[in-house]
Amino acid sequence: MAQPEGTPVGRRVVLGMLGLGAVGIWGGRRAQDAISRLLEPVTNNDPTGLTALLPTGGGFRYYSVVGFSPHKSATEYKLTVGGMVDRPATYTLQELRALPQTALTKAFQCVTGWRVSDVHWSGVLLSDLLDRAGVQAGASALRFHSFDGTYTESLSLEQGRRSDVLVALDMLGQPVTSAHGGPVRLYVAPMYGYKSCKWLDGIEVTDKVQPGYWEHLGYDVDGWVGRSNGRSDAQTS
Amino acid sequence: MPRPVDTTGVDEGVYGTGPVAAPSSELQRFTGVEHWVHRSNAILFGVCMISAACLYFGPLAVAVGRRHLVKTIHVAAGVALPMPLVVGWLASTAFREDVSRLNRFSPRDWEWLRRRQRRHAALPVGKFNAGQKLNSAFTVGAIVVMLGSGLVMRFFGPFPVAWRTGATFVHDWLALTLLVVIAGHLFEALRDPESMLGMRTGRVSRAWARSHHRAWEAESAGSGTDPPPDIAP
Repeated sequence: MAQPEGTPVGRRVVLGMLGLGAVGIWGGRRAQDAISRLLEPVTNNDPTGLTALLPTGGGFRYYSVVGFSPHKSATEYKLTVGGMVDRPATYTLQELRALPQTALTKAFQCVTGWRVSDVHWSGVLLSDLLDRAGVQAGASALRFHSFDGTYTESLSLEQGRRSDVLVALDMLGQPVTSAHGGPVRLYVAPMYGYKSCKWLDGIEVTDKVQPGYWEHLGYDVDGWVGRSNGRSDAQTS
Repeated sequence: MPRPVDTTGVDEGVYGTGPVAAPSSELQRFTGVEHWVHRSNAILFGVCMISAACLYFGPLAVAVGRRHLVKTIHVAAGVALPMPLVVGWLASTAFREDVSRLNRFSPRDWEWLRRRQRRHAALPVGKFNAGQKLNSAFTVGAIVVMLGSGLVMRFFGPFPVAWRTGATFVHDWLALTLLVVIAGHLFEALRDPESMLGMRTGRVSRAWARSHHRAWEAESAGSGTDPPPDIAP
């Protein structure tokens, strides 16, 4: 058979795609952020919810770091506060709801680019729980444990005492669902989503900050939105 | 007596179990190895897409859970995806020859792309039309780019955080594009049963070849004395 004639368009298509792919990996973050900003208002007003299916199309994404979907019912749930405190305590969900509740409406920003505006959160101020426990002298940090058994997070004591850091019980007007880290999760308004430990069941007061799950995977310990992880998102709080 | 079939590989043989029709009425379009490459590719793509849906689509992710297991399956299928093509390239002369045909664009191909009524065009199309050529090139490019971006997402250790986000960006949007292109590929196949028969049995009727790939049919008609291509020159 004669050698096929003509230009090697197929090879050029493949090489062109490889080039675009490499450029996308190197610089795709900026494009992704731009698309996120563009799609976010659309997604928030889209009754069909279809645009939320687009990559970075807005809306919450579901992540679990373990091989199952963590779940605890409202009745079996317990939160322990311990470590360097005078009065270690265990709270049921009912007891947490009986404490003074604080509400916040803030954006939720993920370090991978997606952002959800105007999320209504309510729950117990973390600093209230710390005051009730009585933090001992020499303590300077907090460690958070998740009942998925793997996820951990940390904050400095100063960060944890901010007035925009909640032990959240409600999200968007209803109890926090399992998919969003319920029945109780942390909500650290000024920081990227990974700092808001999901499926929270333990708060431990420690003498120094111990990097959590995501920090071991390369994210910054001080995860301020717009000022960490090499990102420049608008601040959330 | 001329040999009945022009591209039968001696190392692959003719496959299909039905009675062999009269030589003049059928043409060999694909060999057994090519059929195997296509089938393996399709299965691996399917596994990748189903597992991807379980990782990406919220309600499905919540329902299926087992993120680690699903991720492992997805990564394994993705890493395996180029293998059938590599095996085809190494094992089959007919495959390499078809790759070469798919790679090359003649002026006729550009004209074919510009035509509105391609199906009824009087253009003498070769073994593959320009759409098939573009589809195969896109698929190969997509496999490699998906593999590269997927490996950055999977083995992110040595890469900056920005690259991980960039790789996610590339992987997500190319996956969406692939979904559209594969849907188009299936649509084209389903509306032409004989082209599917050609992939499944390796054989097509001369009449089909004449109406869809006229130049290939003409070339095959005159090639009765050519040696089988899988014999090394």
